Amino acid sequence: MSESKTIHFRIRKFNPETDPAPSWKTFAVPFAKGMTVLDGLHWIKRNQDTGLAFRYSCRMGVCGSCGMLINGRPTLACNTQVAALKAAMVVVAPLPNFHTVRDLVPDLTPMFEKHQAIRPFILREDKGEMDAPTAEFYQTPHELEEYLQFSFCIRCGACMAACPTMATDRDYPGPMPLAQAYRYSADSRDGGFAERAKAVDRKSGVFSCHFGSECSAACPKGVDPAKAIQLMKRRLVFDYLRLFKAKKPCGGVHGQRTTGRREGIPEAPEYTIK
Amino acid sequence: MSSKSYDNHLGIKGWALGGAWSPERYLYTLHRVTGLGILSYFLLHILVTTSRAFGPAQWNALLGDGGFLRHPVFVVGEFLVLAAFGFHAANGVRLILIELGFAVGRPIEPVYPYKTSLHASRFVTVVLMLAGAAFIVLGGLEFLRH
Repeated sequence: MSESKTIHFRIRKFNPETDPAPSWKTFAVPFAKGMTVLDGLHWIKRNQDTGLAFRYSCRMGVCGSCGMLINGRPTLACNTQVAALKAAMVVVAPLPNFHTVRDLVPDLTPMFEKHQAIRPFILREDKGEMDAPTAEFYQTPHELEEYLQFSFCIRCGACMAACPTMATDRDYPGPMPLAQAYRYSADSRDGGFAERAKAVDRKSGVFSCHFGSECSAACPKGVDPAKAIQLMKRRLVFDYLRLFKAKKPCGGVHGQRTTGRREGIPEAPEYTIK
Repeated sequence: MSSKSYDNHLGIKGWALGGAWSPERYLYTLHRVTGLGILSYFLLHILVTTSRAFGPAQWNALLGDGGFLRHPVFVVGEFLVLAAFGFHAANGVRLILIELGFAVGRPIEPVYPYKTSLHASRFVTVVLMLAGAAFIVLGGLEFLRH
């Protein structure tokens, strides 16, 4: 595509104050090499439609603010180059499976409420250490690998928009919260599996996922929520059949240990700063 | 949610739209459609067998030689039930394996281009879909012989 060409953006517009339903508007945008969909939206806002509403922040695929439906696929506008779409028209709509606040801005509140419900933080019985930690908890590289992939989630909502179960079941927590339920349950420092199991093992819960696996195909960060969800189901089933041997959450490296050091874990070096 | 916002849930259209178009999405949709089809067949089957309670004449009118249900349309329908069963069973085995975490691989550090559980499970998917297709073809040959 040469730089003198223009590219057409077809954008879904919706103003809650005046419009009963969304409508579509097309804009001609000068194409530039390396131009992202977010760049195109900025150009339109600067030059053609100052009222165009869209959400963004970091412009580099880290914050997860600019999740949109671009040419039928939920992804990040800042991470999608116009040339890579290989299409004469860039069709941009707000993420489906959410309410639309205005133009390209979805209301992500239900997603964050569901995320909160699965208790996305380390849960332990030693409240004293949690409230006033004396040191880091130890964790082997192997234990880190058990959840590291799922910790790259940026909560952009692309997986929720792609999920076919989310489309018809509003009580379903969705790929992001379920993947995060596994992320924390698989963390060797955590002891909250039973509590999270209550939150996800229910009607319209984790077993409503039937591996449409669009969440993993759509995820712009390679988090693979579908894998985390299947591993969560495996753990729930094995736990029910009493085939899963739960470990106690690991203790601290320094200071008072709650469960003692496991075999093969070397002593940590002394603090470099005292 | 404010009534002034627009409800952008896809509803049943979401079974086919709004994603990244992996083949597994279509297996997901087809699994639901075939499941509903088989369930409908079961209900119809109960109705048909209930006709026996009204005497042999009623039964023969439905299933005897030249009976209502011997019409080619119903024979094709019966083959579709067999095909739905073949697919639903093969995909069901695939789902059991995957949902018990046997074919999705271990967590890995995401390095672009990302390899996901889709790639890890594809071999199982292809093998089981071929098995389902073989069942449907063999069943179809049986229909043609009769």
